[in-house]
Amino acid sequence: MTKLLRVDDLKIHFRIPGEGLFRPRHKTLRAVDGISFDLDAGETLGIVGESGCGKSTLARGILGLVPVTGGSIWLAGEELAHLSARELRKRRQHMQIVFQDPLASLDPRMTVSEIIAEPLQVFEPNLGKKERKHKVQGIMERVGLLPNQINRYPHEFSGGQCQRIGIARALVLKPKLLICDEPVSALDVSIQAQIINLLMDIQEDMQLSMLFIAHDLSVVKQISHRVMVMYLGKMVEATTRDDLYRDPRHPYTRALIDAIPIPDPAIERNKKFEPLQGDLPSPLDPPSGCSFRTRCPMAADSCAAEAPAQREVSEGHWVSCHFA
Amino acid sequence: MPWIPKTADMPIPLLEVNNLRTSFHTNDGEVYAVNDLSFSVEKGETLGVVGESGSGKSQLVLSIINLLASNGQLQGSIRFQGQELVGMKPKEINRIRGNRIGMIFQDPMTCLNGYLTIARQMTEVLMHHQGLDYASAKKHSIEMLDAVHIPDAKNRIDRYPHEFSGGMRQRVMIAMALLCQPDLLIADEPSTALDVTVQAQIIQLMNELQQEFGMSIIMITHDLGVIAGISDNVMVMYGGRICEQAPVFELFDNPRHPYTLGLLRSVPRLDTAGSVKLHSIPGNPPNLLQLPPGCAFVDRCQKGIPVCDQRQPRLREISPEHRVACHLEELP
Repeated sequence: MTKLLRVDDLKIHFRIPGEGLFRPRHKTLRAVDGISFDLDAGETLGIVGESGCGKSTLARGILGLVPVTGGSIWLAGEELAHLSARELRKRRQHMQIVFQDPLASLDPRMTVSEIIAEPLQVFEPNLGKKERKHKVQGIMERVGLLPNQINRYPHEFSGGQCQRIGIARALVLKPKLLICDEPVSALDVSIQAQIINLLMDIQEDMQLSMLFIAHDLSVVKQISHRVMVMYLGKMVEATTRDDLYRDPRHPYTRALIDAIPIPDPAIERNKKFEPLQGDLPSPLDPPSGCSFRTRCPMAADSCAAEAPAQREVSEGHWVSCHFA
Repeated sequence: MPWIPKTADMPIPLLEVNNLRTSFHTNDGEVYAVNDLSFSVEKGETLGVVGESGSGKSQLVLSIINLLASNGQLQGSIRFQGQELVGMKPKEINRIRGNRIGMIFQDPMTCLNGYLTIARQMTEVLMHHQGLDYASAKKHSIEMLDAVHIPDAKNRIDRYPHEFSGGMRQRVMIAMALLCQPDLLIADEPSTALDVTVQAQIIQLMNELQQEFGMSIIMITHDLGVIAGISDNVMVMYGGRICEQAPVFELFDNPRHPYTLGLLRSVPRLDTAGSVKLHSIPGNPPNLLQLPPGCAFVDRCQKGIPVCDQRQPRLREISPEHRVACHLEELP
């Protein structure tokens, strides 16, 4: 199968101005630090990590919404960094994003039809009015919005419905790659399931490739084919979904899986585990060597001395840990 | 109909809520956020309250501690240690709130005052409620910070909230709520804003502290996993009413209300196989301004019968301690 998206050693760093008035010493925040992965057509890659691990920055970097510091991004065999701004813009119609906060990502002064039609106006300006309306109605129906809602404004909708509008807007151009940045985190449990099911259906129908970003490993398990776990801008483990949940090798992955409460009192109360202690270290001042060592139950001297390299422990199962 | 707890000769429960109704005057009319709610919390019990946005779970908490918005109105009765809280004078409620009833809210950053040191905010509680002097209040506060496992509490206490991480701030909130060793701790989504690993720490901490101090907890959350781990009894709310209440094992083993059932099945679970379609409840949570005359869940219910549209289902006890409000339970 052809790789739709290839990300190679991607680095996104931010310069943070120093605090001294006369000695502005810049610090570097390594939000994404050497991430590589690829994505097949029709495949979903789940990206998991806690807040501050760089997962959203990674998504924005791929779309070109934040400047990339190093590494390369290939979309359908083309390296995006080599394209002119104009050419890059053309490629944008093949990659779309759905954001976390459904209401905040919609313009409150535009009607649903205007919101969904806007990408069409940009990328298919020659489309007739009638055809455009036809397309908008088609995609609205696909995501489960009613035709009579076409002239309503975002505030008239609930969170779940707003997320459907966001999905319709992302899909109206029939993109090849859909990036979902925590699309269900802000929704109620019963609505979460609706949106997850919708995304799974649409993906199958349209043969979309999806990057699904979440902090919740159970949601990611539901939707992904492969999963990548990130910690402080680095990949700690990546493999197929079943492999990751059956045989997590990195202590951080294991801690994440253990930390998720299971909605069954018999199981939940007999679970024996020690939650990870401490907090995420500041990304401005990451620990030496392995960035997870400050919270790792297995940490040894070698972890402080040297950052673990990514190793393939079995086919397609990558781990960055000295002990995996 | 008031719900009479178990047998008459039992000691009075710590908290007893009867026919509570919380309404708000709005420009669009009267909104009932909590409607005809009756339940009780025993000493040492943890009551989990589950519900979606708009189910009235947060307004229930604010009603209990009398912190409703100015257009809110309370009816019914809330008895705490035998004392009626509804209609109590602000001066009297201030003696209970923060003292006998502790609170933890969802977002620790907005609940702590960013301009004051942790020491100032914590000692204030003890100086106000227990009349301690600053030095002993501070000593006591440091002990409490130690109890919630804040490292280096002695020095950290003089810092400002922004110098703490999200999980640490929530620990500070918990320490503050426990300062006066309350009999009841109300936690409104205490772990929702936190990362999973930190959430696990906080839940473990709350379990530990309950064993140590023996207080009752009302835990409000939308996370059924958290509920499964921490509560003794569970109350499921929908549209401002109780739709089901049962001991935790009973509720998870034998859910009777279609909403509870749907909720349990729509959670993606780590321990079951992925890629099978999730069960989902169709439709959206109800608009409290336009509640139907019958059951609030009727539009989303797949088992609805004609009477659901017409009459509010009664909350009935179907087995000891298991209450359900559903017309299906009344069918022969």
